[in-house]
Amino acid sequence: MSEAAQKPRMPDETGVPDPFPYMHPVMKKNYGQWDYHFRPRPGVLCHVAKSGDKIWTVRAGTQRQMDVFTIRKLCDLADKYCDGYLRFTTRSNIEFLLDKEENVEPLIEELNKEGFPVGGTGNSVSMVSHTQGWLHCDIPGTDASGVVKSLMDLMYEEFINEEMPNRVRITSSCCQINCGGQGDIAVNVQYTKPPRINHELVANVCERPAVVARCPVAAIRPALVNGKPSLEVDEKKCVCCGACYAPCPPMQINGKEETRIAVWVGGKHSNARSKPRFHKLVVAGLPNNPPRWPEVGEVVMKILRAYKENAKDWERIGDWIERIGWPRFFELIDVPFVKHHIDTWTYARLTHNHSTHIQY
Amino acid sequence: MANNDFKVHPTPKLDELEKGPWPSFVTGLKRLRDAGKRYSPMINDLLGQLEHSYEERLGFWKGGTITVVGYGGGVIPRFSEVADKFPASSEFHTLRIIPPAGYHYTTDIIRKMCDIWEEYGSGLIAFHGQSGDIMFQGCSSDNVQPAFDALNELGFDLGGAGPALRTSMNCVGHARCEMSCYDEIKAHRMIINEYLDEMHRPALPYKFKFKFSGCPNDCVNAIHRADFAVIGTWRDDMKVDQEKVKEYVEELGRDYIIEHVINMCPTRALKLNDDDTLAVDNKACVRCMHCLNVMNRALKPGDDKGAVILIGGKRTLKIGDLMGTVIKPFIKLETDEDFEALVEFAGEVIDFFAENALEHERIGETIDRIGLPAFLEAIGVDPDPNMVLHPRQVSFVRTDDFQAEMERMRAKKAAKKEAAE
Ligand code: HEM
Ligand code: HEM
Ligand code: SF4
Ligand code: SF4
Ligand code: SF4
Repeated sequence: MSEAAQKPRMPDETGVPDPFPYMHPVMKKNYGQWDYHFRPRPGVLCHVAKSGDKIWTVRAGTQRQMDVFTIRKLCDLADKYCDGYLRFTTRSNIEFLLDKEENVEPLIEELNKEGFPVGGTGNSVSMVSHTQGWLHCDIPGTDASGVVKSLMDLMYEEFINEEMPNRVRITSSCCQINCGGQGDIAVNVQYTKPPRINHELVANVCERPAVVARCPVAAIRPALVNGKPSLEVDEKKCVCCGACYAPCPPMQINGKEETRIAVWVGGKHSNARSKPRFHKLVVAGLPNNPPRWPEVGEVVMKILRAYKENAKDWERIGDWIERIGWPRFFELIDVPFVKHHIDTWTYARLTHNHSTHIQY
Repeated sequence: MANNDFKVHPTPKLDELEKGPWPSFVTGLKRLRDAGKRYSPMINDLLGQLEHSYEERLGFWKGGTITVVGYGGGVIPRFSEVADKFPASSEFHTLRIIPPAGYHYTTDIIRKMCDIWEEYGSGLIAFHGQSGDIMFQGCSSDNVQPAFDALNELGFDLGGAGPALRTSMNCVGHARCEMSCYDEIKAHRMIINEYLDEMHRPALPYKFKFKFSGCPNDCVNAIHRADFAVIGTWRDDMKVDQEKVKEYVEELGRDYIIEHVINMCPTRALKLNDDDTLAVDNKACVRCMHCLNVMNRALKPGDDKGAVILIGGKRTLKIGDLMGTVIKPFIKLETDEDFEALVEFAGEVIDFFAENALEHERIGETIDRIGLPAFLEAIGVDPDPNMVLHPRQVSFVRTDDFQAEMERMRAKKAAKKEAAE
């Protein structure tokens, strides 16, 4: 082998690729020059540029974790109906970009035939944005992909229609750090027990000061266990967050029964009307019940029904609850208010009601 | 090369996820398993391990260290803890690849990615991970380098992982949205590509994320999820096409417009006149976007466009969820100089973070620890009432230089005014 051939290839540090070579020509031409849009039907957007040009977007749901055959099938449809131009939304919906209106209906028909739901626009329940889970993550308490598939089956009609008072954006995270982010509804793992420590392994696997520093409530102390350097946890302090598990896997936080699921509501990202908000706890302790997580689905559907029946147009779930009040919300979804609903974290006092504003 | 020479693991639990109308990732995995390809045994064992997880309700992956030549991060290593039972998927690493800004693709480029991933990986790709990357999942340790080389030759680069600048994202914005107030793609690419070294060679105290939304609808969740959020907005009056307002009134009715637009304005900045035209109090309007969203044909952002910068958003670890705090209430984003100034400011904030954050501390936590005034002083930004909901309500603070500070800010303001004239 020549010396040149042995020399390792150094990366081309190209960074974020220029998207213009991949962008639909109509979008390129009217870049930054759009006038308005409308939705001819659920799952379809029509954007009109100041030049009068139009582009139709057909949005469809995918399983996010896609095999190449599924991806190529979607590419075939894009080649057939929209000259091969497509994009994805931040919620992993695929968008086909068409400059010919007459291709919209045939594309939808074929997508439906191939099992891809068309929707996720306007006041619908869009795809649940989610993390990885058992398929690939090294700390997950559950399988986000499976939870999401189960939920999307239940919410299918709400994806393909636009019948909600406002958009509903759901997220799911398979650990308590909640990388999935805030949502109108969030379905997240909630650990219930302090980590169980395998003292044999700690000294070899974990950088102990880093683990001690990771704990948000200073519950971890270095300790000698059976003559070996290890760690111990003050179980009265521990809030079961799982933060110590990532830097120190011998501190097992997950368990068949111990890992539970919590549902939160009322988060939102947009600044429309009210400011962006964090989601709030509705119910915890739901069983982590694969393969279909029926108990989680039941709670989510109950919240969606109550919202659909009671909210005014354009109220997001959080706006709606703010108007009707939390006591009424808990009544509507038939969940008793318990002590764990009351915040105890930093600034908890700011969440107390220091007034006589009470809805009877 | 055909490859059906393995015993298919039964997956009764996962099979349940093939039912129902939503596309099933399990069906997709089975397609890969049954394709008779190089990776088919790997996917068979992956399905076996996943079924095992569904039974035991536990995950069985552990991390490790895998990189490509020249880089320190961007590959997420996964080694199976149950490799004795499922040897073919004992290594199942992910390559985080930076997508074209705004997630625009042609089928041509996607097909090439699929071919590469069939050659070196598992055939399983996620468009996209929550990090914003294309997730090429399922690569053996040996194949990581050739897979990356092939993708890199195609014009794609590794994304961020670990204590580093992370892959960013921008909304569709300028490419297809009438609300967009700045060129998101330009800002996104200019910043990330300038500080790419911080992505490829992780040396920051912890992760640092930028996100770019073209307007306050914030379609990429920047306020909640970015250390540095750039959100488009405008300063002058919003544009009102009164004829189109009348069309909306005719279409939806006065009652509807009053109840769902006028009454829902958070600052009571709107009034529907008797003649069905709209009066806007632009001094009161906080650019929340509600009325523009409902009546997008009639109402538009103004001409004096730019962005708000909020710093310090993050998720729960370690001190609890934080949203970004307004640090620049408005920057212009039109000329090349405007964008260069943004890139420079971003660099100053990254430098501050690199020098001052504790290990594993996000910048929002640093600000919380040292106080917003100290942070502002460090990055050379003047205090502004837009940064807070209201002035301090606690008197426990040392104020012996209060009057001097007032003088200083007055003088600064006067100098600025003079310079402008
Ligand atoms: C394979 C397993 C994991 C996957 C797939 C994963 C995925 C992600 C993704 C996609 C994000 C980005 C979210 C965003 O950009 O908004 C994220 C953020 C985060 N992850 Fe993970 N993660 C994993 C494991 C872990 C572990 C073990 C920990 C530590 C216990 C952890 C802690 C975090 C934290 C603290 C964030 C930042 C949240 C923030 O934005 O403040 N993750 N994770
Ligand atoms: C001659 C010395 C002092 C006198 C005559 C005095 C008198 C008072 C009075 C009349 C109250 C109101 C009680 C009420 O609300 O019913 C009070 C409250 C209080 N005093 Fe003093 N005080 C003195 C020194 C101090 C000192 C030296 C401190 C602290 C260093 C202090 C801290 C407080 C505090 C924290 C409260 C409670 C305020 C509240 O939250 O309402 N006092 N004091
Ligand atoms: S689970 Fe969280 S609170 Fe408990 S010891 Fe670990 S880091 Fe600390
Ligand atoms: S954030 Fe604003 S500009 Fe960007 S896509 Fe959403 S609505 Fe359009
Ligand atoms: S943008 Fe929001 S704050 Fe401004 S006028 Fe419209 S509804 Fe009111």
